[in-house]
Formats: sequence, structure tokens, C-alpha cells
Amino acid sequence: METGKGDGGALIVEVWRGREEGFFQTYSVPHQEKQTILDVVSYIQRRLDATVSYRFACRIGMCGSCAMMVNGAPRWTCRTHASKVAKGGKLRLAPLRNLPVIKDLAADMTVFFDKWQKAGGSFVPSQPGSQEFAVVAPDSKERKAASAGIECIGCAVCYSACDVVAWNPDYLGPAQLNRAWTLVNDVRDGDRNGHLAAVAVDAGCHACHSHQNCTVYCPKSLNPTASIAGLKRATVLAALKGEI
Amino acid sequence: MTARVELWLYLAQRLSAMVLAPLVLGHLITMVYAIQGGLTAAEILGRTQGSIFWTAFYGLFVAAAAVHGAIGLRSIVREMTPWHGASLNAAAAGFCLLVLVLGFRAVGAVT
Repeated sequence: METGKGDGGALIVEVWRGREEGFFQTYSVPHQEKQTILDVVSYIQRRLDATVSYRFACRIGMCGSCAMMVNGAPRWTCRTHASKVAKGGKLRLAPLRNLPVIKDLAADMTVFFDKWQKAGGSFVPSQPGSQEFAVVAPDSKERKAASAGIECIGCAVCYSACDVVAWNPDYLGPAQLNRAWTLVNDVRDGDRNGHLAAVAVDAGCHACHSHQNCTVYCPKSLNPTASIAGLKRATVLAALKGEI
Repeated sequence: MTARVELWLYLAQRLSAMVLAPLVLGHLITMVYAIQGGLTAAEILGRTQGSIFWTAFYGLFVAAAAVHGAIGLRSIVREMTPWHGASLNAAAAGFCLLVLVLGFRAVGAVT
């Protein structure tokens, strides 16, 4: 079967139906040039089967809501061309791994964002009410470390790719720890030790195996593994100094 | 301390690994050297008996291996099985103690 040429060939698309228990339902979708996986799912939902549930918003890789498992790998469906991943014209779409399923392709993100808070993901202003701009030197070590991780949009692709989350559902997760690392390096934040204490817990940053699945699959090319390594060092130093 | 137990175990695991790495290399190199021209108990005991160096070498080896092995096994069990909590910690501590006793007994026998 020809794919990627917009020649009217068809994609054979298996779509997960149900919740934790369910089955793959097969649809045939006309293949078009530059068609994304999100286009494929939208075609199914609008033309073939209105009962298929999925989630998307921006369609251009900004919102982080359309991620799902595409042929076994977590991806943004809006930024993945079918021709790149449909080996032999076949696609298997499933909800994100490591998260409960609401229905069909929509994963429940509640636990993902609960852990965001649990990992101390909220900025703590050091000068509440200040009207002055904080001056942060662009080439300072802290600013560079924060900048390296700050573009995360919370799509949960890394969380879904992480084997440690699969083994230990309590593990805080790569996106959450990456967020904590950006705050630890934010010189405007007033509770560095609070952030370190939040991640130096059972199933916190020290549970990471540095497999780097998060880094491989991050659509933003961020490196949560490096952020977590930074947290491991910072928490150990803080503990040795008796700060946490 | 109890709130940070994972952090201290993480640190102990890394430190014991740093101790083990050169000791394992030294052990392997000595083994390759020692079996040249055949292996006999007399030759080994001739090297180790009364030697402060080999007593310290393998004494440290046993201590580091006991710490490293116990923490590692505890981590594997916690990740791969539902076994958690105080009973697992006690079992890991027991394993550490067992390696220490057997290891120091062996060190004592050859030095």
C-alpha cells in the first residue's frame, strides 16, 4: 500500500474503544498528503463514527492536549504526520499510557496535575506585591538551567513514556520534577528549600533511573532527565547542609 | 531523617558504589594475576594471611557490598513487587547484616 503521496490510498486505523477494559476498532481512512494523526482521528469522528472520543484544542503544538499513543509511542497527534509513522499504512491509536482512561482516546490528566502540585510546582514569590521588575542576568547559571526546562507545556508525553511511573504509580514524574527544577533555579522564587523538600521524598527525584525515555519522546526536545539529575545533586547538598 | 530516608539511601548507594568500583577492579585484576600458573589454596593464603592490606581491602569490600546490595535489592523489590514498608526495610537490613557476617567471617578465615 502506498502512503505519504496523497494518492487516494487508505490507512488502516485501529482505535482504542472503552476505558481500561476495551478493544481496538478498525477504521479505513483515506490517506492524504501532509495529513496529521489528529486529522485522521478527526476524520473518523466526523465522518465515520461520532461516538469516538478524543481531545484536542490548538492543532498547532501549543496546548499539549492532543497527545496519545501512536503505534506504541506517545506523541502529539497534531504535529505527527501519518506518513511518518504509519508503517505499511497501519496506525494503532490508544490513550496515553500511565494515566486512567476517561473514554476511548481521552486520558484522565487529573493525577498528572495533582502530582504537579505535590512536586511543589507553584511559584512562591520572594517579594509579594513588588511592583519592580526582577533583574535576572540572562547568562547566569541559574537562568540558563531554568531556561533549559521552562518551555514545558504539560502534555504528559514524558509521563506516558516513563517506565518508572509504570512501575511505581506514586512516582512524581518527569514533567513535574522538571518544573520543580525550573523553580529551584528561579532566583525570584522565595522557597528554594521548600521545592527541594517536596521532591526529596519517597518516589521523588531519587527514584529516577535515568532511562531518558522522557528526553527521547519530549516533543519540545527538553531534557527532564538532566533536570532530575540536577534535583538529585541539589537535594543531597541541601540535606548534607541540614537545609531540608 | 525518616522523612528523607530515600535521599540518604540514595546517597549511601552512590557512595558505596564509588568505594566498590576500584575494589572490584582490584579484585578482578588480582584474580587474573593469581591464576597464572595454576590456582592453589596455599598460594592464596600465602598472599592474604597476616596481610593488613588484604584485610583492609576485603573488609572494606564486604562493608560496601553489604550496603550496596541491600539498598539495591530493596529498590528492585519496591519497584517490581507490591512489597513495601517496614517488613521490607527489616528484610533489607537483615540481608545487609547477613552479608556483613558471612563476609567478615570469610575475610577472617583467609587473613
